[in-house]
Amino acid sequence: MQLIVSEPKAHRFEVNRAALVDPEIFAREREKVFERCWLYVGHESEVREPGDFRTRIICGRPILFCRDSQNEPRVFLNTCRHRGAVVCREAEGNAKRFTCFYHGWTYDRDGKLYAIPGQDAYPPNFDRAQYGLQAPPRVDSYRGLVFLNFDRAAVPLADYLGKAREYIDLVLDQSPSGRMEVIHGTQDYDIKANWKLLVENSFDDYHLITTHATWLDYLKNSGVQVKKPEKGHVLPSHGLGKDLANGHGTTDNVNFRGRPVAAWIPIYGDEAKPELDRIRQEITARLGAERAKRVCDTNRNLLIFPNLVLLDGSSVSIRSFQPIAPDRMRVRAWALGPVEETPLARQVRLDSFLTFYGPGGFATPDDIEALESVQQGVGSYKEVQWSPITRGIAKEGEQLNTDEAHLRAFWTQWDKLMRQ
Amino acid sequence: MGQTDAAVTRSEVEDFLYHEAALLDSWKLDEWLALLTEDATYRVPSNDRPESDPKSALFMIADDIRRIRARVTRLKDPHAHAEFPRSRTRRMISNVRIVEKNPLRVEANFIVHRFRSNDDVRRYVGLYRYTLVREGSALKIRSREAILDAMELASLGTVSFIL
Repeated sequence: MQLIVSEPKAHRFEVNRAALVDPEIFAREREKVFERCWLYVGHESEVREPGDFRTRIICGRPILFCRDSQNEPRVFLNTCRHRGAVVCREAEGNAKRFTCFYHGWTYDRDGKLYAIPGQDAYPPNFDRAQYGLQAPPRVDSYRGLVFLNFDRAAVPLADYLGKAREYIDLVLDQSPSGRMEVIHGTQDYDIKANWKLLVENSFDDYHLITTHATWLDYLKNSGVQVKKPEKGHVLPSHGLGKDLANGHGTTDNVNFRGRPVAAWIPIYGDEAKPELDRIRQEITARLGAERAKRVCDTNRNLLIFPNLVLLDGSSVSIRSFQPIAPDRMRVRAWALGPVEETPLARQVRLDSFLTFYGPGGFATPDDIEALESVQQGVGSYKEVQWSPITRGIAKEGEQLNTDEAHLRAFWTQWDKLMRQ
Repeated sequence: MGQTDAAVTRSEVEDFLYHEAALLDSWKLDEWLALLTEDATYRVPSNDRPESDPKSALFMIADDIRRIRARVTRLKDPHAHAEFPRSRTRRMISNVRIVEKNPLRVEANFIVHRFRSNDDVRRYVGLYRYTLVREGSALKIRSREAILDAMELASLGTVSFIL
């Protein structure tokens, strides 16, 4: 089945809506996309001390993300080597050892099989060293972000991230030491829609004016200056949509909303103003005026292909999502902040997060509604088969955030992997 | 602000909470706002940090009175797509307890059923925590926290209405 029609010269780019619905495509996607790509596991700050752990489900596999006795972050497949039961069944905590409750096989924090009840009954060739917790074929990290890959032959993570690293760096440069931490509190919710719709939605700025009309009204009513779009534009400020290769992409926008990193709006309160000025001074002194301006005065919604998004707008959020069914995904979102942040700056960051993001924010619920509405609508995919993704395709030069070059880049990479 | 009242009874508190629930279930949001003090807060913590402070942990909702009012303005707007058409809700409130009289702190169990067209019922189950004050003869809400029992929000999806 042809999933994408891409004829740039004819200014055609269309996606077959079966890609959002068909169970066979969904099954193939796990094998061709998710089992080949680097997938986000978690942030090193979530496991600070030896023995700290978090459990996750990634690409259908229960995963144990922990810190070992040598203080290194580790990733294990959370399945007992004996019968397969999940070894660690808590969401988070600290443990010296992990014991499978079924028959009592016990692993240490380095994943080694530490003890088993009644080992005498196993034959002489039974070697305990062969039965430690197994790690995914590849694990690597970039600036605190830990990834795994189920494909042993995958390219190194740094190469995979490629041009996207520049934008990850822009987020992490908010911190004086370059170190950010995941703040406590997980937003963990399902959307009854295909996961690729959240990819699109996370960096498609074309939807902002209509989907988020009430959020824009909230900003205006709170004293934020929101300019009328210039002629030929949809949004109040200039912004680009960028193809970062390998399926990654980002928006790169001049800020018009508040940013906890040094772009004050009245919603933050007068008492936060000197603090945000101080943050900007530190960033300018450290990075120089030009880069400081990029860090403080531009927003980016960055997609790391296939299912990780860094939202650097009203706050910084790590958002990753797991496909559950063709019409369902599980989203997990966290707030990320500089480790050095003062209590006041942290408070502004968290409060600003909630103005837009999350299941109770003033914007994300409307995004979710939009995606679920699309999913219902594409039930007619056999009759209404193709969606055009052609905004900006006939233009030379820069592609706006309301154009769709970055969306085409995502779909093109997805289609390439699906055909391999 | 208001005075607390040592003579307050559980049945008075129950009547007040049932009245609030009726207003919310019938989307009489302006009348609901009138139940709040000028410094009221409304909070829903993240499922994995039910006992937290929104200054240091990520919540789902952490509104001061200005944002509560903005939330109501938004919910009354047909462009609040997540609640257009509006959900129908039905709240069951029970196990009402006065846990402290000065200040007047009240806890209650809740089940909020949420219905949308062509969708399964969603049941939001948890604990309400209130701080109430007396203004004149009426009780008012100074703080209101809805703590969900679900381990994750998961199939509950969003908290786009007033929980």
